Amino acid sequence: MSDEFPTSAMDIAWNVRNNVTSAADVLERHLSTIDEREGDIHAFNLVLADEARTRAAEIDEAVSVGRDPGPLAGVPIALKDNMCTRGIPTTCSSKILDGWRPPYDATVVTKLRDAGAVVIGKTNLDEFAMGSSTENSAFGATRNPHDTTRVPGGSSGGSAAAVAAGFAAVSLGSDTGGSIRQPAALCGVVGVKPTYGAVSRYGLVAFASSLDQIGPFAHDVGDAALVLEAISGHDAMDSTSIRQGPLDISRQLMMGVAGLRVGRITDLPEGASPDVAARLEEAFDALRNAGAEIVDVDVPAFGYGLTAYYLIAPAEASSNLARYDGVRFGHRVEAPDTNAMYMATRTDGFGAEVKRRIMLGTYALSAGYYDAYYGRALKVRRRIAADFAAAYEQADVLLTPASPTVAFHLGDKTSDPMSMYLCDTYTIPSNLTGDPGMSVPFGTGDDGLPVGVQVLAPALQEARMFRTAAELERSAPR
Amino acid sequence: MVVSDRITPEAVAKVAKLARLSLSDAQLDQATHQLSDMLDHFADIDALDLDGVEPMTHPTPIANVMREDIEMDCLDRDEVLAVAPAAEDGRFRVPPIVGLED
Repeated sequence: MSDEFPTSAMDIAWNVRNNVTSAADVLERHLSTIDEREGDIHAFNLVLADEARTRAAEIDEAVSVGRDPGPLAGVPIALKDNMCTRGIPTTCSSKILDGWRPPYDATVVTKLRDAGAVVIGKTNLDEFAMGSSTENSAFGATRNPHDTTRVPGGSSGGSAAAVAAGFAAVSLGSDTGGSIRQPAALCGVVGVKPTYGAVSRYGLVAFASSLDQIGPFAHDVGDAALVLEAISGHDAMDSTSIRQGPLDISRQLMMGVAGLRVGRITDLPEGASPDVAARLEEAFDALRNAGAEIVDVDVPAFGYGLTAYYLIAPAEASSNLARYDGVRFGHRVEAPDTNAMYMATRTDGFGAEVKRRIMLGTYALSAGYYDAYYGRALKVRRRIAADFAAAYEQADVLLTPASPTVAFHLGDKTSDPMSMYLCDTYTIPSNLTGDPGMSVPFGTGDDGLPVGVQVLAPALQEARMFRTAAELERSAPR
Repeated sequence: MVVSDRITPEAVAKVAKLARLSLSDAQLDQATHQLSDMLDHFADIDALDLDGVEPMTHPTPIANVMREDIEMDCLDRDEVLAVAPAAEDGRFRVPPIVGLED
């Protein structure tokens, strides 16, 4: 270990477990960074300083009596504010959940506690995770730590910014169409969407249940692996959880990519800006130099992902968000009868983008349009999955841009929803198929802003995805 | 900008009502334009031949996940009702359900 104060999760946990550094010291360093810059960034909806101090003291006490707090001992972690924390406000950055304190913890929160992590706060997001810039928040936009006139991406923009700004060593986000990978790319951190079902969704407020998945943000690939191992594994409380133990990634991280077949998608949809396209080419070169074989693959239905996604996700959302009716939790606008109360509560409680998606989804599911929209979208989804399965016969992993561009300015895309949706072009397909994907920082683009390269792999092949990302991290331009 | 007419204001108004959302005239107008614009974009899949393709509702082929029929802790009722907008006698309290609708 170096003499410098530890910043990576791995170093923090090693130091805390071995009584070299106290969890309390680690926490205070992060809280003081929050004090310095949070006013400019607005990564958090809520900073849990008191709770975190209590927790850090427990960790230090455990160490002092010879108990091991776990693999994330004393690691400050930020949670996207759509993950339930018992007794602590969970807002989804929506007025409609104003005042709600969940009566239970999400499974990931329990697992993090069991691993010794210290939850430092709840982070801002696009309302109900619907957006690609974290501007659709009832509590105001989050700003990119690399340039505060620009967005951090979204919807997990608060969690991405929290890691990039040094407010937390690692964080969790949720990814329904790119909401971890795109902000990771824009903020210059690692972001992972695991295989669907690898991480329990119990206690994650549902957006689109067949697409949502929780995953980590981290400064480096090794930290992301550490967190993913801690939060993955079967959970009886989530009926879509895969019946297997935690993912096994870290041990293979340094294996390199010699002999690995890395796919270049020949018919990738256009739209990547020249700086991003150039970094992607350099990423292929770096992997080739490290011994990988670059192969061309076709994924003809890739480009139809956007349409399939923006019919399926709103359809599922319109159903999931029907529960916000002012009866059981959150906001209520009083009215003389229940129907008027539902209408007044939802009209007042939801923001414009959420309403837009609820209406789009309701339309796609409504009588007379179901077959033409939702039904066809599900068939396109099958086609996309089949195309990826065929591509993975020829390649072990695939490489694409994570985001078409570097971070854009606040307000650039807010008036044109469709232009915002196009941010998700390259990330959407893995949500439709359920396969894992991750963004790893790889050099900079226009205005010196971070660029992320996306590594895609077949379901449950996180280990080879991380090996590839680790190689890109080693060879990234500096 | 070319104004698309893929969806009528009447259809948007019906959808809003189904979703229990009320829209002002200006909001209805804007929603109609935005939804039409999106549906224009989503017309790219119209050209695909999807006959015989099985719809895919879910990434993993699992069905009827069962657990052992054993007693388990459930949420604490007082804790749940404490965060409800209104509660009375151990239940959620709501305004009248029938009799006042149009």
